Amino acid sequence: MISADLSVVLPEIILSVYAMAALLGAVYTSKDRAGPLLMWTTSALFFGLAAWIGLTAGGEQTAFGGAVVDDGFARFAKVVILVSAGAVLLMGKEYMRRAKLLRFEFPVLVTLSVVGMMLMVSAGDLMMLYMGLELQSFALYIVAALRRDSVKSTEAGLKYFVLGALSSGLLLYGASLTYGYSGTTLFSGILSTLGEGPMPLGLTFGLVFLITGMAFKVSAVPFHMWTPDVYEGSPTPVTAFFASAPKMAAMALFARVLFDAFGAVPGDWGQVVAVLSLLSMVLGAVAAIGQRNIKRLMAYSSIAHMGYALMGLAAGTEMGVQAMLIYMAIYVTMSVGTFAFILSMEKDGQPVTDIRSLNMLSATEPLKALAMLVLLFSLAGVPPMVGFFGKFYVVKAAVDAGLIWLAVAGVIASVVGAFYYLRIVFYMYFGEQGDPQLNGTMPPVLWGVMMASAFAMVAGVVNLFGVEGLALSAAATLVN
Amino acid sequence: MIGLEHYLTVAAALFVIGIFGIFVNRKNVIVILMSIELMLLAVNINMVAFSAHLGDLVGQVFTMFVLTVAAAEAAIGLAILVCFFRNRGSIAVDDINVMKG
Repeated sequence: MISADLSVVLPEIILSVYAMAALLGAVYTSKDRAGPLLMWTTSALFFGLAAWIGLTAGGEQTAFGGAVVDDGFARFAKVVILVSAGAVLLMGKEYMRRAKLLRFEFPVLVTLSVVGMMLMVSAGDLMMLYMGLELQSFALYIVAALRRDSVKSTEAGLKYFVLGALSSGLLLYGASLTYGYSGTTLFSGILSTLGEGPMPLGLTFGLVFLITGMAFKVSAVPFHMWTPDVYEGSPTPVTAFFASAPKMAAMALFARVLFDAFGAVPGDWGQVVAVLSLLSMVLGAVAAIGQRNIKRLMAYSSIAHMGYALMGLAAGTEMGVQAMLIYMAIYVTMSVGTFAFILSMEKDGQPVTDIRSLNMLSATEPLKALAMLVLLFSLAGVPPMVGFFGKFYVVKAAVDAGLIWLAVAGVIASVVGAFYYLRIVFYMYFGEQGDPQLNGTMPPVLWGVMMASAFAMVAGVVNLFGVEGLALSAAATLVN
Repeated sequence: MIGLEHYLTVAAALFVIGIFGIFVNRKNVIVILMSIELMLLAVNINMVAFSAHLGDLVGQVFTMFVLTVAAAEAAIGLAILVCFFRNRGSIAVDDINVMKG
């Protein structure tokens, strides 16, 4: 039933067709002058699709012989991906216009990478997993090197490309072993093979290689080496994009593979994921202490946050997946808000990334400083901000699953990590008196996104805007 | 008689050579691109060997996808490398060091 299959992937088809139409249209008409318009239409399309996917409730549907799965879990991840990508596009427009980076390719590449992410989160087959992952990654390699005349940006692109290609190779080798020893590339087929008896050694190797490849994509330690350099080198709107949607997609893919394909043997991957989680939390907290560049600092922060999200997965329970989804939704919101602030950091028209430039920001821009304080407290996990509840859920899932040591290590790491967030707050409120270091004005879009994100971090305490219940039903479709 | 394990051994050897080519090589980035290609081709040997062994065509279909993706990957890698060379004037691995820490 080809038409039934196509209707399942209709959002992806719309986005792909849009990307090609936008590319051709811009090439044949006004080239880069179409950039601002495309930014607007692309993000409007993202928001529209997010509303459509989010509001049309539906059961679990599969298409193309099980290669694409559209269930509650996929829809949750897709909505987060689309909304964050749309917000980041809107935020980056002003910055890119001033930096003369607003080429029409940028929204097109972001669209293509979003298509890849949507395919990743609804993959039901190793082939779909690989194709989605590569579509996403290729677009990201290119946008990392978007500033073609800068050594840093092209170096970031090159580093990201080499390590990303290596990780895809590892993942693919794992996929080939998994295929060979289970006789199928379908996740459901792998699951039923595992249910028949003891796990063959080849499948264990396949699983480990798959986990390695995906750990690269979520930038979990020890596969995180690319993250700080890519975050620092890429243009800031691109960094903001890296820190939001792709993280959600990679984490959802991770959960999808572990539960849909290897759900019968949680003991075999639980320990591996727990170690990845532990190392990420510790390194993310410790290595960021010496950082002065706020983009590198956010890179280490995202490594630590991925560690906490992996803690939910390591629990291997429905509650763990729920905690991971809640954590990622909260993380993406905080991260978008924080980058809205970072995008507005400039002095005399030049972007600034040194955290010492935030000296006494509270005296000149009290409201912005307050919003940033809320976001940083939330990132650090200070109650009563929403970020605390994200950490609370993953720690609780880990404790319930008997991973007490991991939970304790996570709490200790979050205390250590609080240091570097609080140091930024210290600069903003108690820094040395002197000339204001930042003198740019904040475009209304950035201001709106930042304030909305900070407000959500405070107001969400009441009921987390219902994310908890949505994440629970999403997790239930994956685990059962 | 050449069986499945012989193919798997060759593929594993090629794959490991590819990985070492990325990490041990200190000369230039083109060699890294070739090593990446080698890794993907090793996976293709694996896939086709498994496919023939299992009597299942899916592995060969997968190989077709991997070949296509590998071509796109090489194109993107070379494009980024050309941009990097224009800015830095070198493609030596040791010169990819503007950002550290």
